[in-house]
Amino acid sequence: MTSTPSSLPFWQRFFPPQVSHITTREDWIRVALLGLCTLFLLVGVVFPLYPMVLRSLQDTSGSWVGLANYRTYLSTPSLVTSLSNTLWMAVLTALLSVILGFVYAYALTRTAMPGKFIFRILGLLPLYVPPLANAIGLVYLFGNNGLVTKGLFGILPGWDINLYGLNGIVIGEFLYCFPQAVVILTTALSLTDARIYEAAEALRTHPIRTFLTVTLPSVKFGLISTIFVCFILAFTDFGVPKVVGGSFNVLAIEIYKQVIGQQNFSMGATISVFLLMPTILAFVIDRIVQRRQTALVSAKSVPFQPRSNPIVDGLMFAICTLIAGFAVIVFLTIIFASFVRVWPYDFSLTLKHYNFNAVGGGGYAAYWNSIRMSLYTAIGGTIAVFIGAYLIEKGKGWGWLRSVNYFLSTVPLALPGLVLGLAYVFFFNKPLWLIPGTSYALVNPFNWLYGTMGILVLCNIIHFYTVCFLTATTALKQTDPEFEAVSASMRVPFYKTFWRVTVPLSIPAILDIGIYYFINAMVTISAIIFIYPPAIPLAAVAIVNMDDAGDVAPAAAMSALIVGTSIGVRLIYSFLTRGLHRRTQAWLKR
Amino acid sequence: MTQSSDDLTVERSRRSQPSASQAASSLAGAPSPFLVPSRDDRGEPYLQVENVHKTFGQYVALRDIYLDVYPGEFVCLLGPSGCGKTTLLRIIAGLEQQTSGRVIQAGRDVSRLPPAKRDFGIVFQSYALFPNLTAAQNIAYGLQNAKRPKPEIADRVEELLAKVGLEGFGPKYPAQLSGGQQQRIALARALALSPGLLLLDEPLSALDAKVRVKLRTEITQLQKQLGVTTIMVTHDQAEALAMADRIVVMDKGFIAQIGTPRSVYQHPNTPFVANFIGVMNFLSGISISDEEVRCGNLRLKTRSEESTPNHPVKIAIRPEDIKVLHSPEAAGNLPNVLTADIEGIEFLGSVYQLALRPDGDAKEQLTCEVSIHEARDLDLAIDRSLHIQLPPELIRVFAA
Repeated sequence: MTSTPSSLPFWQRFFPPQVSHITTREDWIRVALLGLCTLFLLVGVVFPLYPMVLRSLQDTSGSWVGLANYRTYLSTPSLVTSLSNTLWMAVLTALLSVILGFVYAYALTRTAMPGKFIFRILGLLPLYVPPLANAIGLVYLFGNNGLVTKGLFGILPGWDINLYGLNGIVIGEFLYCFPQAVVILTTALSLTDARIYEAAEALRTHPIRTFLTVTLPSVKFGLISTIFVCFILAFTDFGVPKVVGGSFNVLAIEIYKQVIGQQNFSMGATISVFLLMPTILAFVIDRIVQRRQTALVSAKSVPFQPRSNPIVDGLMFAICTLIAGFAVIVFLTIIFASFVRVWPYDFSLTLKHYNFNAVGGGGYAAYWNSIRMSLYTAIGGTIAVFIGAYLIEKGKGWGWLRSVNYFLSTVPLALPGLVLGLAYVFFFNKPLWLIPGTSYALVNPFNWLYGTMGILVLCNIIHFYTVCFLTATTALKQTDPEFEAVSASMRVPFYKTFWRVTVPLSIPAILDIGIYYFINAMVTISAIIFIYPPAIPLAAVAIVNMDDAGDVAPAAAMSALIVGTSIGVRLIYSFLTRGLHRRTQAWLKR
Repeated sequence: MTQSSDDLTVERSRRSQPSASQAASSLAGAPSPFLVPSRDDRGEPYLQVENVHKTFGQYVALRDIYLDVYPGEFVCLLGPSGCGKTTLLRIIAGLEQQTSGRVIQAGRDVSRLPPAKRDFGIVFQSYALFPNLTAAQNIAYGLQNAKRPKPEIADRVEELLAKVGLEGFGPKYPAQLSGGQQQRIALARALALSPGLLLLDEPLSALDAKVRVKLRTEITQLQKQLGVTTIMVTHDQAEALAMADRIVVMDKGFIAQIGTPRSVYQHPNTPFVANFIGVMNFLSGISISDEEVRCGNLRLKTRSEESTPNHPVKIAIRPEDIKVLHSPEAAGNLPNVLTADIEGIEFLGSVYQLALRPDGDAKEQLTCEVSIHEARDLDLAIDRSLHIQLPPELIRVFAA
C-alpha cells in the first residue's frame, strides 16, 4: 500500500474538496432530491424532538423551570414505581419472547418438524392484530368473567391467573413481540452454510457442542437485535397495559394520563424523555454491536437441509403447537366474542356489536378513515422510503449528506410511537416558533398540517420508516452497482434507469414495504392517539375509547374488522404479487 | 528442505514486492517505460492520459500516469489486484474523478466531463446487463434514449446480434443466456452507439477457462474488424499477451512498463514485471563485472549489462530458456554449465516442469521446462542429477 501523509488541512479530511467533482444537471437533480429527503427526515424526526425536550424543562404555563419537572418526577413515588415497573415488565417480556421465539424459529428452520408451513403462518398471526385487541382477547379468556377463570362454563375448575397487572401485560406484550422475534430469528437461522455443520459432524462433534459452538454464535447478532427490539416494543407499548394493566402503572400509561387526563403536557414531556432514554440506549448499543457483524453466507454457501430426528421433531412440534395454539385461541376469542350476545352469560350469536351507532369511537367512519390513512401511508411511505434509500445507496458524491441521511433514516426505530406523537403535538401545533433568547418568532410553515389527515400519514410514515428503509436498502444492494455506470456510458440519465430497471427489479421489496406500512398503520395506536383530530376518528383509537367506556364487545368487533382487513389485504397482496411476478419477473424464468 | 527468505529465488505465482525505489532503479539499458517507440504510421494518439494522480484519502491509488493510446489500438492494463488498473479505466470513463492530471480523447480535453458527455462503451466483469430487459432491449437501451427511429434501432440491434454471433437471441432474457452469451450481449450493448473508445473491465474473468479462450479470440477479431480503440483491464497475463497490441504493466499505482507483449515478456524492466508476466527464475548474487555474476560458488556469465562491481544483484532466466543437456559431453565448452538434482517433477500435459537444485552452495531452486520429446531421452526421476546450461545471452541482471 503506497500512502503519503495527508497534506490536506484538518477540516478537509472530513469534507474533501469538491473542486474536482464533476457537477452536471443530473448531479444537481440528485443533490436536490437528497436535500429534500434530508429535510423530510429533519421535519419528521429531529425538529419535533426539540420542542418536546424543551417542554420538559418548562412548567405548565410555559416558563423555564430547568430540571424541576425531573425532580418532581423522581420524588413522586408512584411515578418512580412506574419506571421500575416498566423496566421489569420489558425485561421479562424480552426474555420470554426471545427464548420462545428462538425455539419456534429453530423448529421452523433447523428441524424436520411436520406442519412447518402452517406454523410459519400461525406464528405471524398476531402481527395483524392490534396489541390492544390481543389484550381484549386475554380479558375474555382470563379476565374476571373469562372463560378460563370461570372454568369453561363451570365444566372445569376455574383458574384465575390474576390477569390485571404484570401477568396480563407480559402475556399481552409477548403476543405482540413474539412474531417480531420469530421474523428476525428465522432470518438469522436461515443464513447458514451447511458445510460448517458437515465439518462439525466429520470431526465427530456432539450435537449439543455443535449447537453451542456453531449455531448460537452464528445467530448472536440476531439474538441481540431481537432482545433489543422486544425490549423497546414492550417498554413503549401503550395498548396492552391500557386494557389489562390494572393498578400496575407503566410509563406509557402515565404519559397518557398526564396528557389526556390532566392536560399536563410538561410532565408528559418529562416522562417521554424517560421513555426515550432506554430506547435510545438500546438503539445505540444495537448499532455498535451490529457494526461488528460480518457476512456468514457467501454466494457459494450450501443451504442447510434439516434431517429428521423423531425425538427432537416431536418435542418441537409439541412446543410449537402450544405457542401457536395459544396465539390462535386468543385470536379466535376476539372474533368469537365480537359475535356473542353477552359474554359469558349468553353465547347466542349476534351482529349487534357491529352496529357502532350506540357507542362512541366513531364507528364505521373511523374504520374507513383508518383504511384511507393506511392507504395514503402505504403509498406515500413507499415512495419516500424507496427514493430515499435509492439516493443513499446508489448516489455518488456528497458522501457526508448521504451518511447524515442514512443516520436519520435509522433513528425512527428508537422513537416510541407515544413520544413521536407527543413531539408532533408540540412541533406542529404551534403557529409561531419563538427564537430562544429573543422576542422574535418565526411562522411555523408546517402548522397547517396540524389537525389534518396529513399529519397522521406523516407520523405513520416516520414511525415505521426504519424497517422499510432497511428492506429497501437490502433490495438495492442486490442490484448490480454498475447499472448506473453502464447507463451513463449510453448517455441515459439516472432517473430513466431508475424507472426502467431499478424499480422493476425491486418490485417485490416495494410491495413488501407497502403492505408493511398498510398493516402497521391499521393497527397502530400509540403514534396517533395524541394527534388524531376529532373530525377524523380512527378505528384503532376507537377500540381504546370503546374499551374505556366499558363497551368491550364493540371494541372486539372493531378489532375483528381491523384484523379481517389486514389479513384480507395481505391475501389480495399475495394473490396480486403472484400475478405480478408472472408478468414483470418473466426474466427470472429460464 | 528449507528456503530462507533472503535466498528466495523461484517466485512463480507469488508476486514480488519490490519497493518503489527498486522498481525505479532497475538497471540501465532497459527502455524507459514512458518512451514508447514512436511509430509514424500510428499518427496522433487517440487518447492521452497526462500526469494523472488519484488519491483516496491518504491512500495513493495512481501516480504519474502517462499513457498514449493510438487509433485502433488494443491496449491492456495489466497488474495484480490493487495496482490501480481499474481506477485508471474508470478515470478514463469519467466514472471516477482524478485528483489531478488530464485525459484527452480525440483531441478534446474530457478531464472534467461526466461519463455521459464522453464517448465510450463499457463492458463490466459482472456484465451489468439489465435482468428485466431482453437481450435486444438491453442493446437498444442507449439507442432508444437517443430517440433514434424505431426501424433504425431494430436494424442496428439485429446487426449487432449478428456481429457477436447471437442472431435470434434478441427476445431472450439475460438469465436465459449462458455466461459467454451474456458477455457477448454486453459487448454488443457497449458497441451500440458506435463509441470511439471501448473499455473492457476484466470482461472474461467470470467465465469458464474454455469459454474464456474462445471469447478472447472473438473479441480481438471483432475489435480489429471494427477498428475501435480499446482498453482492457485484466489481471491475467496470458490474456494480455494473447489479446493486446500493447501491454501497460502496473504495480502499486505506477506504470511499471509499457510495450508490445513480446518486448514486455522478453525485456522486462524490473523483477516485478519479469515475475508478473510469465514465470521467472531468480538467483541472488554479487556482480563481478558487466558480464559476470557470482552466485554462491557459481560464476555465471550474463548478458552484457552495465553494472557496478561488487553490488548485490538478482539474475533472472525464464524456465524455457534453461537448456537441459543430454550428457556431460554435450556441454563441450559451453559457458554456465552446471549440474542440478531433480527435486520435483510436474506433468503439465505438453511439458514437464522440473524443480532443480543446482549443486554448490546456492540454496535456490530453479524451475525449468522440458518438452515431452526431450523427456523421453532423459529418464526423469526424483533425485537424479541433470546437466543444465544457462545461456548467458538469455540471463538478465537486476539490481537487488
